[in-house]
Amino acid sequence: MGHLLEVKDLEVKFALRFGDLTAIDGASFTLDKREKLGLVGESGAGKSVTGFAIINLLSKPGYISGGKILFEGEELNKLSDEEIRKIRGNRISMIFQDPMMTLNPVLTICTQMVETVLAHQNVSKADAIGLAIEKLKKVYIPSPEKRLYQYPHECSGGMRQRIVIAIAMLTNPALIIADEPSTALDVTIQAGIMDLLLELCETEDMGLILITHDLAVVSQVTEKIAVMYAGKIVETGRTEDIINNPQHPYTKGLIKAIPGTLEAGSRLNQIPGMMPTLTDIPPGCAFHPRCTFSRTICETEAPILISVNDRNQMIACHVLGRHL
Amino acid sequence: MDTINGLLTINNLVKYFDISGGLLDQLAIENRRIVRKRTTVKAVNDVSFSIMPRETLGVVGESGCGKSTLARAVLGLYPPNSGEIYYQDKRIDNLTSQKMLPYRKKMQMIFQDPYASLNPRMTVKKILEEPVYFHNKSTTSQEVEEKVADVMKQVGVDPKWADRYPHEFSGGQRQRISIARALTVDPEFVIADEPVSALDVSIQAQILNLLMDAQANRGLTYMFITHDLAVVKHISSRVAVMYLGMICELAPTRELFESPRHPYTKALLNAIPELGKRDYKHIKLKGEVPTPINLPSGCVFHGRCLFANDRCVKEIPRLNLLDSGAHVACHGVKEGRL
Repeated sequence: MGHLLEVKDLEVKFALRFGDLTAIDGASFTLDKREKLGLVGESGAGKSVTGFAIINLLSKPGYISGGKILFEGEELNKLSDEEIRKIRGNRISMIFQDPMMTLNPVLTICTQMVETVLAHQNVSKADAIGLAIEKLKKVYIPSPEKRLYQYPHECSGGMRQRIVIAIAMLTNPALIIADEPSTALDVTIQAGIMDLLLELCETEDMGLILITHDLAVVSQVTEKIAVMYAGKIVETGRTEDIINNPQHPYTKGLIKAIPGTLEAGSRLNQIPGMMPTLTDIPPGCAFHPRCTFSRTICETEAPILISVNDRNQMIACHVLGRHL
Repeated sequence: MDTINGLLTINNLVKYFDISGGLLDQLAIENRRIVRKRTTVKAVNDVSFSIMPRETLGVVGESGCGKSTLARAVLGLYPPNSGEIYYQDKRIDNLTSQKMLPYRKKMQMIFQDPYASLNPRMTVKKILEEPVYFHNKSTTSQEVEEKVADVMKQVGVDPKWADRYPHEFSGGQRQRISIARALTVDPEFVIADEPVSALDVSIQAQILNLLMDAQANRGLTYMFITHDLAVVKHISSRVAVMYLGMICELAPTRELFESPRHPYTKALLNAIPELGKRDYKHIKLKGEVPTPINLPSGCVFHGRCLFANDRCVKEIPRLNLLDSGAHVACHGVKEGRL
């Protein structure tokens, strides 16, 4: 059986007046049923754009300029607007960062939930309401019958994010793309939301793509990680391997830069410089100006992903990728 | 708390905000009579602590717990409703702004958002020179220029760029500039309000290193406000945990992270995702943080606490010094049942 989702050499560009900007440059990954993948990287690395590209939600001037997105055997990037609408929000749901922005402030939760159900299923309104209540119970909202008729501003941040998750679950999707679902929330609330997502993946047989900048969160939730830098995947592999034994210089630096892993008060390992903006990505390996291992080849030739061990850990690095 | 040797001491600080609006907004009808109702946000409630010279006191808590209000009240940016603030044994909360001036020079602040805290219409040079001129009226422009160039070098911003505007810099660079602005007047005490929260991990490490270096070279005292416990663990010598405007635990960093005593601290520490730790049993707190408008009676945490009893509902717990050196405000800990 094929993968639930297969992204092959995805390339996303933004058409601007002075030429096209490459936002995603050849990203490839796969996701199986019930599998959880973490897309990690700093702001501007292209994590969210990847998520948007999968469900064809790129707004102009962005467009998919190459590669394939296969979901349950269907090539998503070839579908018409009409056809993708049947999959988006139905078989694939997305959860966004800020629950205050994703819920419509002038509609009750009931209206917003029923709307979603009726858009994808041929059921009566009463049945849709019944389904909404059932899903609100699944995300542990107390007294859902009452909450249903409230407006988003009457709920707290954590509660709102639970409602967003309930809406995403309405159509029993096979895949959920969660874009920084807990970043806007406090740690105690974040822990609850992550527990909930994990539980739902188990009980509802869903795949999860978790997009976040927080390596610690990813390390607790996902089985696989793809690390992105300046529009490229620079390292992929199993979560334990990447966290405990990162191979790419960028991943190494990133993990060492997190406070809490070192003795308190000692100097943190810092990666010099900052991530390039899309307009001036350096030639060759995009990371070479910040890299301590950089050689001449890094300045001219872009590295490709190569396996570094037999557990599918791959890195895109000329220097460290050569050892094995 | 004692004031001995503390650089900064705060006693029973209270700060409320009146959010009742205009007179017409305050009117309500109750039992067929018009009554006037006032609504106050109780942002900081009876907070006391003191900060020792050259230490870093971390203040942590979830959003809305009063961390930033506390910081601003300490600096005198918000006049406190009651309570006392002492700087080196001199009371400063009741000073006139004229008399406060020398203290303002000694106490500086670094803000969270480097996009909002730098004036977009001023060049970096102007931004950095202004506080120096303001606090040392007698200095020559030559001296000021040297001073600014010197501080810029220290924070890793090339003095060549002094004529540029803030928008020409990245987030990390801008935060360096706001740190430089705080350092140009040679302060003794710096309050950093979430200085790295808006930055990416690799940049965050650069800024934390810079702050630690500045402390070592200049003998600074920090009050470091953040919601990121990993950062606090790394940088602070003592940590105060705040919940709904009160301090529920204040302890040396190692003590707090190794053996937290207050039930809220325990839940908070338990909720931090840690790199690579997969055994995943969270203490599930009941409900959510109440609003500071209607504070719960007794211990503010009792509604969410798994160990609350009658006493917790009725009586406000006071910070109590334990043998380990930790101050904990919890009836359960005091009674020995936790």
